Formats: sequence, structure tokens, C-alpha cells
Amino acid sequence: MGEEDYYLELCERPVQFEKANPVNCVFFDEANKQVFAVRSGGATGVVVKGPDDRNPISFRMDDKGEVKCIKFSLENKILAVQRTSKTVDFCNFIPDNSQLEYTQECKTKNANILGFCWTSSTEIVFITDQGIEFYQVLPEKRSLKLLKSHNLNVNWYMYCPESAVILLSTTVLENVLQPFHFRAGTMSKLPKFEIELPAAPKSTKPSLSERDIAMATIYGQLYVLFLRHHSRTSNSTGAEVVLYHLPREGACKKMHILKLNRTGKFALNVVDNLVVVHHQDTETSVIFDIKLRGEFDGSVTFHHPVLPARSIQPYQIPITGPAAVTSQSPVPCKLYSSSWIVFQPDIIISASQGYLWNLQVKLEPIVNLLPDKGRLMDFLLQRKECKMVILSVCSQMLSESDRASLPVIATVFDKLNHEYKKYLDAEQSYAMAVEAGQSRSSPLLKRPVRTQAVLDQSDVYTHVLSAFVEKKMPHKFVIAVLMEYIRSLNQFQIAVQHYLHELVIKTLVQHNLFYMLHQFLQYHVLSDSKPLACLLLSLESFYPPAHQLSLDMLKRLSTANDEIVEVLLSKHQVLAALRFIRGIGGHDNISARKFLDAAKQTEDNMLFYTIFRFFEQRNQRLRGSPNFTPGEHCEEHVAFFKQIFGDQALMRPTTF
Amino acid sequence: MAAAAAGAGSGPWAAQEKQFPPALLSFFIYNPRFGPREGQENKILFYHPNEVEKNEKIRNVGLCEAIVQFTRTFSPSKPAKSLHTQKNRQFFNEPEENFWMVMVVRNPIIEKQSKDGKPVIEYQEEELLDKVYSSVLRQCYSMYKLFNGTFLKAMEDGGVKLLKERLEKFFHRYLQTLHLQSCDLLDIFGGISFFPLDKMTYLKIQSFINRMEESLNIVKYTAFLYNDQLIWSGLEQDDMRILYKYLTTSLFPRHIEPELAGRDSPIRAEMPGNLQHYGRFLTGPLNLNDPDAKCRFPKIFVNTDDTYEELHLIVYKAMSAAVCFMIDASVHPTLDFCRRLDSIVGPQLTVLASDICEQFNINKRMSGSEKEPQFKFIYFNHMNLAEKSTVHMRKTPSVSLTSVHPDLMKILGDINSDFTRVDEDEEIIVKAMSDYWVVGKKSDRRELYVILNQKNANLIEVNEEVKKLCATQFNNIFFLD
Repeated sequence: MGEEDYYLELCERPVQFEKANPVNCVFFDEANKQVFAVRSGGATGVVVKGPDDRNPISFRMDDKGEVKCIKFSLENKILAVQRTSKTVDFCNFIPDNSQLEYTQECKTKNANILGFCWTSSTEIVFITDQGIEFYQVLPEKRSLKLLKSHNLNVNWYMYCPESAVILLSTTVLENVLQPFHFRAGTMSKLPKFEIELPAAPKSTKPSLSERDIAMATIYGQLYVLFLRHHSRTSNSTGAEVVLYHLPREGACKKMHILKLNRTGKFALNVVDNLVVVHHQDTETSVIFDIKLRGEFDGSVTFHHPVLPARSIQPYQIPITGPAAVTSQSPVPCKLYSSSWIVFQPDIIISASQGYLWNLQVKLEPIVNLLPDKGRLMDFLLQRKECKMVILSVCSQMLSESDRASLPVIATVFDKLNHEYKKYLDAEQSYAMAVEAGQSRSSPLLKRPVRTQAVLDQSDVYTHVLSAFVEKKMPHKFVIAVLMEYIRSLNQFQIAVQHYLHELVIKTLVQHNLFYMLHQFLQYHVLSDSKPLACLLLSLESFYPPAHQLSLDMLKRLSTANDEIVEVLLSKHQVLAALRFIRGIGGHDNISARKFLDAAKQTEDNMLFYTIFRFFEQRNQRLRGSPNFTPGEHCEEHVAFFKQIFGDQALMRPTTF
Repeated sequence: MAAAAAGAGSGPWAAQEKQFPPALLSFFIYNPRFGPREGQENKILFYHPNEVEKNEKIRNVGLCEAIVQFTRTFSPSKPAKSLHTQKNRQFFNEPEENFWMVMVVRNPIIEKQSKDGKPVIEYQEEELLDKVYSSVLRQCYSMYKLFNGTFLKAMEDGGVKLLKERLEKFFHRYLQTLHLQSCDLLDIFGGISFFPLDKMTYLKIQSFINRMEESLNIVKYTAFLYNDQLIWSGLEQDDMRILYKYLTTSLFPRHIEPELAGRDSPIRAEMPGNLQHYGRFLTGPLNLNDPDAKCRFPKIFVNTDDTYEELHLIVYKAMSAAVCFMIDASVHPTLDFCRRLDSIVGPQLTVLASDICEQFNINKRMSGSEKEPQFKFIYFNHMNLAEKSTVHMRKTPSVSLTSVHPDLMKILGDINSDFTRVDEDEEIIVKAMSDYWVVGKKSDRRELYVILNQKNANLIEVNEEVKKLCATQFNNIFFLD
């Protein structure tokens, strides 16, 4: 297994904390992602480290008994510490507020506090075995105010900070889950739902274990993930992960089943919208993407691992401090250790070693592990950091050694442009809404976010196509690929940029395929534009019909009338130029001098006469006299006319 | 008698007249360098009709030789192209150095009944247009070259003997298909009718062609036609021009009848797992299930000026869409290859053909061009050989029918001759008999001929009408008013 094969890795800079031991208790807060190392109940110090903070917070507190739970409110404003099963202690970390501790006892009689969760910087929820209590903390008064409470029997609870949802396990089998949602001082009860437990031997009492449940946001939706060790329905012995979708409104629904095809101890993470399932027995992990196509049975979609199982990439423990001097080689870290604790979405903690890692997905190795390019694109387009990888996939499939077939290339382009078009549409409707003045009335109107999956024409041109045409590939293939990309853009009704057309023309001209070029232009495959028309004009000496093609294009643009006149005059087609400008009604504004110059250059006296007479008539019509005004600078032409045809040939002013 | 008269238009004397259209009197090919010493007949490479007595053949060839030699003294670079006599016209063409092709056409005849009842024959000396028949003669060569290569190549391959054999084999049949009575302006142009299509469908066809060339990797060139109109040519323009002529006047018409007869039969349901499709070979094997089916395809010769390529011509058709695959002659397509082609191309071409048909109908409905316009026109662009005619009906294997009087067609030919004389753009308006006006316009290598039938129209009104026509039919090209 080469190193390039691992597609999961631990982050390079873990959060390091003092190892858990009898005097040092370690706590993890999922909301702030902070690790608390509490030495001797806080008396000899508490060190708080978060993933982003450079400077850990450290403080001391009096040892008032064993700490059961310790968490900062959001933004580290207030510290809450649970030491007994009835009370939670608070301490303000806000400047100018008293740092004296204050205590809140749970309201429900005879209830035991199972734990607490901060839902904002000053709002906290106590979960007791008899219900939940929602409080507002008033730090300046050093007291709490009960906002709301709800009574029900609770076995255990789970909190998802991203969506501010608390899940309570109720009933004897523990498998009825009651979600609550918290938002700005309100607590709302969501419809409860039941997790189907697998059939178990009669001797053991089935129940839902807290360990087998996780909550995570996947593709913007909240899911409850249930690790079912034995399949309920099928005969397969493998375990599976059942995903229940928990919508903001409406009932929870079973949506996806991830087939693990193995049994044993598992742990779940969610990274970049992928469900990662770690298997301790084999020390490997698999990933699932619920957006990839699975087998739909009418109500639930079954998914298989996207890729073959692989271990997390081996990790060397970075050596710091005095150890670095003594020990030469870094120590390899034991992966899938039984002391690992996994938190959602992507956190792995080794309390015994004192590390907190974020799990990461590496996309490059996946390119070679997923041979189906269409599926690979579907997968990559959903990933956060996908742009460069996708571009490299595109370059690779056009390279000589790994050349893909045209249908595959077409599929890849279609998938890119589908994503690109979605963004363009969102952008457009946003722009229209802003224009219509909806921006003030509707707070929901947001500018669409451009993710890395949006690869526009300039990306593909710069990183893929411009290099591709330089390679010595058979020109048939080069042209086929360019046309396929243009076809795909057209299919999604995306206006093709002229540099792509130029690339096609350049390639065709390089191989003397002018007749092909002609046919493409004939069917307007290469869209009209002034730059393209000028490019065609420049090809006239190699391919004479290019002149006609260019003029046609200028004509269709209908904004290039001046250019048409210039082209015709440069070809000494003075009469044609004049007829054209008269045809579109612009002949009163043209420069007489320009036309007379061109007519004189043809050395065709009759033509000069005709043009001269035309302008004399124009002068007569516009100013009542056939004479040219000094501003027109036609003296030289008048002299020339007289010299050839004589004074008497000049037009006489009509008198009334 | 009545039938002959009806075919030629009906004047007041129709009942008393018999008209005979122009006809091919003789057609021969010679090379003056061959055997001026020993027998004169060695010069003659091909002579039609073959029954003519040897001395007469030699005399006729000698006469042509003399005329060409004689006129060369006046115009060394452009010797005589045609010779007008009372009874016939001779056309000369030298397609390869010292190889001369001569076609003798009898002028049309009117046989009148004189007062005493005796028939009087009148040759119509001015009826035939030089340009039309010179073009027909040149086309004869191009068609020969397409299927046989150049004269010189035959000489190199097998001497005079082989050349004579090839000429005999080809022209014996080909001359029977010349319909000299229905030749007109379109023969001068030798144009290509392009199928009008929206960009997206066109790109789909491109994509189809590229994929087919990739999966049938021996294909060198591809051409795609729909409804006998060209959509794509991988061949160069001049080669395509003659191939198009062959396809539309010979190969396709021959296959129209069976197609109409057996609309449902081409579906091959007997091949299990195979998508049903309408594809079939127009050249090559007739029945793919016959293990003894012959996979012989016509050979064609292209790019004879430089690379000189010999190719097999595979023509495959599904509904109205026809695709020509051209593969190098050194590769011999096997039955397996034909079956593979059928299984890959057949289903996709069937789908594509119905896509094109659907799209075409949508476009037609949108443009609303279903109504016949009040005028007839012929358009030709020298640059891409695009040709469009509302004068001609659909071509049948035998004759191309026109919907206007032959006299009007002749006026068109005359205008065309005028246009050839000068390089500059020009416009000619002719008032023809009865209520007809004929307008010819030439603008930057494009020619447009319009026939208007408007009672009591004057010059200005006719001019306006033509302007309107240009604005509606040709608004997307640069065509001077």
C-alpha cells in the first residue's frame, strides 16, 4: 500500500493537552471544541485549549469536589462547572463583572442533573433524569432565570451545537428520542421518533445505547446516525448505519442506510459531508457519501462505501520540548487505539496521549481509487477543497497515457457545467431580486456562495485546455475534446467565451483544416463576436472565404457597421461600402473625405466621379449647396475632380 | 405525340409540333500523344457509341484535335471549350494533361408540319448553354476520378490497357444516367444543399461523429447527411462536392423505394439484447445475419492532388439520417466489423435522426416558413458551395424537375454567364414574357436569382420585392442591397 493510497489523515497540528491521569481530569466541550485539563479539581490549575486559540486559557479555581462537567458559554463569557448531581456553579469571565462563583440548583425535585449545554453566550440547558430546564444567565446579577422547562424521563442526552438541537432518550428501551430545538431564548419541542432496534436474543434486554447514536449536519441537514450492529431486515450479518433525517419542521424520517458489511467495534465521524466509519478490529475506515447514487427501495437509499477500506494515514507524534533533544526518531502514533474517543463531527481525542485531532479527507489519492470518472466527479464536486483536484483529473483524462474515451470526457464536462450553471442561475436570480428591490424586504435573500466546485470556462481554459492543445496529441482528438466542451456548455445554455472559440480556430488553422472551420462557422457553433470577426479577417490570406465569413459575422452583430465600411474600403470596394451605409441609413454622417480618398486610390476615374457626385448631392440636400465645407477637407479632391473632368462638370447649385 | 408536347410546355401550335430535347450524340476520350505514328485509333481511349465505325471515330477525334490546336494559336492558355454547329454542339475538356474528353450534344429539334403535310425539322441552335454542358462534362471526369482515381494513376498501375478497361466499365453505365434535357444552372454550380439546423443539434451530431470515429478507430473521414442534405463533411470541399452529387443523385434515390415499401421491416428483433434500431447499410452487406454476406464497399479516391488516398465508402442510414464512414482502402472491413458498426452506430443514429427531425419541426414552426413564398429563387455561394433552390422539386433518380418554364431557366443561365464575365458585384433585372420578372444579384461570391410573377409590376416594385426577400431569407449574411 503506497503512501498515496491513504485517503484519511489526522491534522498536522493537533491540540495538545496534559494526559489524563488520576490527578488530571480531561473534559471536552463539543460546542466550543475546547479541551479542559483540570488538575486536582482545579486547585492546581485548569488549562483550556481550543483548536483555533493560540493562547490557552488557564486559571485556578477552588477545589470544591470532583468536577463532573465543565464548559464555557459561547465566546468564553461564563464558565459553568458541575460538581454535584443537583447543582451547577457559575463564574463570570466578563471583564468588570464579579468573578465570585454563583450556583443554580435544578428546579425539579429529586431530579439528578445528567449534564448541561450552553446554547448561547448566556443561555444554558440543564438535562436531568426528569426533564430539561432552560435558563438565562444574568452575569451582572450573578443569578439565573428559568425560561422554560419540560418534564419527561430521560435516560441520556445528546447535543448537536451546530443545529442547537438536544436529543433526549426516553422509555425503557431508550429508543424513543425526543428532540428539542433552541434559538434566541426559545425552546421548541420537535416531534419524537422511535429508533427501530434490531432483534436481539430473548435473554438480553434490547436497548438503545448512547454509544450507537450520533448527530451531525450533512449537506446542511441534521441527521441522527444510528449504528445498528445487526441488520434488522436482511440476512446479512454486517452492521449498518441508519440515517434519520431530522428536519426543522415535520417528522423525522429514515432516509439512508450505509452498509458496512462487517461487524465489530465502530466509530463515526462526519468530515466534509462524508460519513466516516472507523472499524477498530481491522484498523481501517470507510467513507460514505449520501449524495452519490445508491439503491433506492422506495423509502430508503442503500449506500456502499465509496472506496475500499483504508487505514488512516500513519501518524508520527511530533516531538516537542526536551524529548526532541534526546529522542532522534519521532514516535509512530498508535492508530485506532482503544483509548480514542470520537466526537462529532470530525474530532478524535486520545486522552491517554493528550492529543485532539481533526480528521481530514485527502482527495488526491481518491482519484486513482475511483476508476469510474463520472462517479469520481460526482464525489469530488461535493468536496470543499476540490478545485485543483478536479482540474488535475481533467488534465489527466486528456493526457496521452491516461486518455479517457470521449463519452467519459463528455460526462465529466457535463457534470462540471451542471454545477457551473447552477451557480450562474443562482447568481442571476439574486441579481434580479436585488434589482427588483427585494433585498430590503426579504432577509432570506443571500448572495450565492461560489464554492470550489464551480469551475468556469476560464478555469478549464487556463488549467486544462490551453495546456492540452499544446501537447502533441492527434488533432482529431484535440478538436473532438474542444467541441465536446463547447457542446456541454451549450447544452447547459452557458454562453461560450470567445477564447474557447479562438482555441478551436487556432487548432484548426494549425492543421490547415479550414473547411472544417468554415462548416463550424456556417452552423454558428462559434458564436459571433468582433474579436472573432477580426481573427477571421486575418486568415483571409490563407483561406480566402474567411473574408466573407468575417463580413457576415460583422453584419449579424449589427453593432459593427463602422468595421464593415472599413473592411470594404480597405478592399477598394468603395461603391459597396457606400451602398451598405446608405442601406442602413448612415450616409448623412459619413466622412466624404474617407470615401473620396478610397475612390481616388482605385485609379478608376468613373468610380471617383460617381462617389464625388454622390457627396455633391448630399451637400445639396443637407445644406442647399453642392460645395464641400472647409471642415470636410476635400479641397484636394475638388481640384482632382476639376483636373480630370473640368470645372463645368461640378454640380451647379440649384436655384429656385 | 401529345405526351411529347405536354412535356415541353404548351404553346398554341403544340398540336402541330413535335419537340425533341437535346441528346447525347457521342462522348469520347483521347490522348493525342498516344500513337500518332502507328494507327490513329490508339489515341482513342474510350468512344461512345461503340458501334460507330472505326474510321469515323478517328475522323471525329482528329477533327477535335485540329480544332483545339487551331484555337490554341489565338489563345494559348485557353483553347476552345466548345464548338457550335447547326445540328450540334461539341464540348472539350482537358482534365489531365493531354487527356481530352469530348461530349457532342445534339441541339433540340422542333419538327413542324408544313402546309403540304411534310415534316420540317428545325434545329434550335441557341438553346443550349455552354456553361451548363461544360460543367456536365467536367462533372463526368470528377465522378470517374472519385471511383477510379486519375487517368495517370491508371496508366501507372496498368498502362493504357487498364485505363481503357476502367473507362469502359465506368462510362458505359454512367453515360446512361446523364439526363441532358434537364441540365440547368444547378449543374454549373454543382452546389451542396445544407440542412438547416440549430446549434445544439449540430453539436450533438459533432459529438456523435467524434465518438463513432473513436470507437470504430479505423475511420478516416466521416460525412453526415439528413434528408439528402449535408450537415457535416470531414472530406475537403471538392471531394465532398462530387461525393454529394453521387449520394444524392445516384445512391440515395436507388434506395428510396425499398425504404418506403418496408417501413417496419428494418427493425431487427432477432438479435437478443440488441437495441431496436432502423440502421442499415446502403453500401456493403445487405444482411448481417448471413454468414456469407459480402463486405465489399465501393472504393473512392480523394485528395488526388496531394496525398492521393484510396478509401472504402461505407454508407449507413437510419431513417432520414445517413452517415458515410470512409476507411483506408488497405484495411478490409470484415463482417465482424460491419456487425460492430451496426450495433454501435445503429441505435445512436436512430435516436439522433429522430432528434433532428423533432428539432427541425420545432424550428420550422417557430420561423413559420411553412407558407410558400410568392417568388421562386436559386441561391448559390461559391465560398462554401451552399445551394438553395425553391425552383427545383425533389430530385428523382431520373430527372430533376423544375417548377418553372424552361425559357425562364435559360434566362437564369444567361444572367449567370454575364456574371462570370466580370468580377464586380452586379445586379441584372430582366422582364420576361407574360408577367415574369427575373432578377439576378451577385454580391461577394454569392449569387441569387429570383423569379417573380407579379401582374403589372414595374422596375421599382420588383426591386423592392427583391429587397424584401433578401431581408427575410438572407438577413444573417452580408448581402448588399
